[in-house]
Amino acid sequence: MFNYSEYLREEKLPHIWCPGCGHGIVTKSLIRAVDKAGWDKDKIVLVSGIGCASRLPGYIDVNTLHTAHGRALAFATGIKLARPDMHVIVVSGDGDGLAIGGNHFIHACRRNIDITTIIFNNGIYGMTGGQYSPTTAYGDKTSTSPFGNMEPNFDVVDISIGAGATFVARGTSYHVPQLDNYIYKALTHKGFSVVDVAEACFTTHGRKNKNKYKTNIDMLKWQKDHAVPRSKADALTDEERENAIITGIFKDSVRPEFTERYDELIKQLKTKGE
Amino acid sequence: MSKQEKFEFIQGNLACAKGAAYAGCDFFGGYPITPSTEIAEFMSGYLPKKGGKFIQMEDEISSIGSIIGASLVGKKAMTATSGPGFSLMQELLGYACIAEVPIVIVDIMRGGPSTGLPTAPAQSDLQQAKWGTHGDHPVIALIPNSVEEMFTETVRAFNLAEYFRTPVIVLGDEIIGHMREKIRIPEPGELQIVNRTRPSTAAPETDLVTTPYHALGNDPATLPKFGKSRIHVTGLNHDITGFPTSDSEMVGDLNTRIIAKIYEQRDIVDNFQLLEVEDAEILVLAVGSASRAAEEAVLELREQGVKAGLFRPITLWPFPKAEFRKYAKHAKWIVVPEMNLGQLKVVAERFVKLEKVVPINLVNGEPLNPELIISTIKRLV
Repeated sequence: MFNYSEYLREEKLPHIWCPGCGHGIVTKSLIRAVDKAGWDKDKIVLVSGIGCASRLPGYIDVNTLHTAHGRALAFATGIKLARPDMHVIVVSGDGDGLAIGGNHFIHACRRNIDITTIIFNNGIYGMTGGQYSPTTAYGDKTSTSPFGNMEPNFDVVDISIGAGATFVARGTSYHVPQLDNYIYKALTHKGFSVVDVAEACFTTHGRKNKNKYKTNIDMLKWQKDHAVPRSKADALTDEERENAIITGIFKDSVRPEFTERYDELIKQLKTKGE
Repeated sequence: MSKQEKFEFIQGNLACAKGAAYAGCDFFGGYPITPSTEIAEFMSGYLPKKGGKFIQMEDEISSIGSIIGASLVGKKAMTATSGPGFSLMQELLGYACIAEVPIVIVDIMRGGPSTGLPTAPAQSDLQQAKWGTHGDHPVIALIPNSVEEMFTETVRAFNLAEYFRTPVIVLGDEIIGHMREKIRIPEPGELQIVNRTRPSTAAPETDLVTTPYHALGNDPATLPKFGKSRIHVTGLNHDITGFPTSDSEMVGDLNTRIIAKIYEQRDIVDNFQLLEVEDAEILVLAVGSASRAAEEAVLELREQGVKAGLFRPITLWPFPKAEFRKYAKHAKWIVVPEMNLGQLKVVAERFVKLEKVVPINLVNGEPLNPELIISTIKRLV
């Protein structure tokens, strides 16, 4: 049995998350992955923005920073560049990371700075009561799309790869051993790594779409039934693809990492100056 | 003159960057914007040579975010911008206030609103510096009026940021930023350099992790840097443990302490210049580049027998109200020349009768000249 106590600020529990929310599942997965990486807790900085997922750092016994809405990667970039020896992890919701924080996200990918970003992707603004986000499915009803969402949604994997991230994976809050593996690989990857985690929010999203989900358990089962491994994705029809969560590791490549390059420059300039 | 004395003929923006270097700045995060860009350009070449870090971020929001992050791991961090970028930084300026993170923000003011006049001078952000971010918050803003002061006030900005653990703003403007003057570069050790108090000297060692925001009286919180202990930092109202709270007593304590820590130590913050104020019947209140014209006007008027004087805040916020009141009380007229539509005038009006305050406003992108101030004052006498 894994002992979580070492990593939790137990006095801060219970957490704020609702029954059926996947955030607790992903949190435990992250803890197991960090433990497997064997890092010194003093050398870990866990950074978040604003939203339900962004409350996560408060529960974890490492250096923790709860920033402003969308800005976790901006703070994290400063920390990592200033202290490349520290392990910097960003946890973010889909609205926080991809809407208000979208510009920082693509530029962090482009820089290939050694930060791991986990997107807690439940397709909704949970904390403010269920407004549609950049990853809300087309047609879903939310508190700001009462007639159904009219906007197409982002594919986090496509954006990450397009912007230059060097490790990109997608898992779900249902397929936990697979998620442990993806997060561990992301943490130990040198460069900017993204793990997109398909999740669900019954409290603010599911209950407005009872034609799709009757209960919070249904939302987890939906992940089980609609997850398709990357290897089988090519066989899907366009319609099937719309409703699928395609999981797997989509990118695992080597490209010079930003802070290493910067330290190399400092070394070169020092040699030149001597 | 000693042999080692070093003089340079440089522009204000460069003096600001060199002042930052003198103060020990080892992290810069910024975004290009006229008329401040020379500061970033200098730092991009200077910092890596000294083992420091420079990064050009994707916008001004992430620029200030990056320097708050760097400061939390112990760096002396700064950014430089102008009006539009300063507007974008406002939310995280408040973050640095409540989380008590020392940073320096240089705003080389230009004409506004919006994109305004990018290459022309203005004093458009005096009130934005004070009230730009939401909520009640502490503000320290310094406003140099020469190339030399761009150097020395930037050093002081770092010192105040480190001492109070709060953001400090340096308000330059296009004239001060781009004008060239000869300045003497101080020797290392000549100017005092303040580094933030180590937590161990302020609180018992055992409290570092559990109560990093425990401050004595009106002192700043002396939280340890990340990597030394596993603390939590948030922009939410927090208690002395650093964790969010909505307890009304603790919320009230924090909101008042972060302001009181500065306003109760005015002797450390205040800085101003007095010129011919003792018997002044006409007191000119001016800052930044406008005060250069005001200074010349006052000296010229004195030659003509007019009892004019100049009160020039160098620390604009908090406003040096006690000293200003002392000289304003006896003056018949308070003349406020400024390159905006009255942002400093409203401050003067708080301390004297409204009828005594005479504004001189210029918002056409031209610098204020002494003749305009002289002719206005002559009409009064």
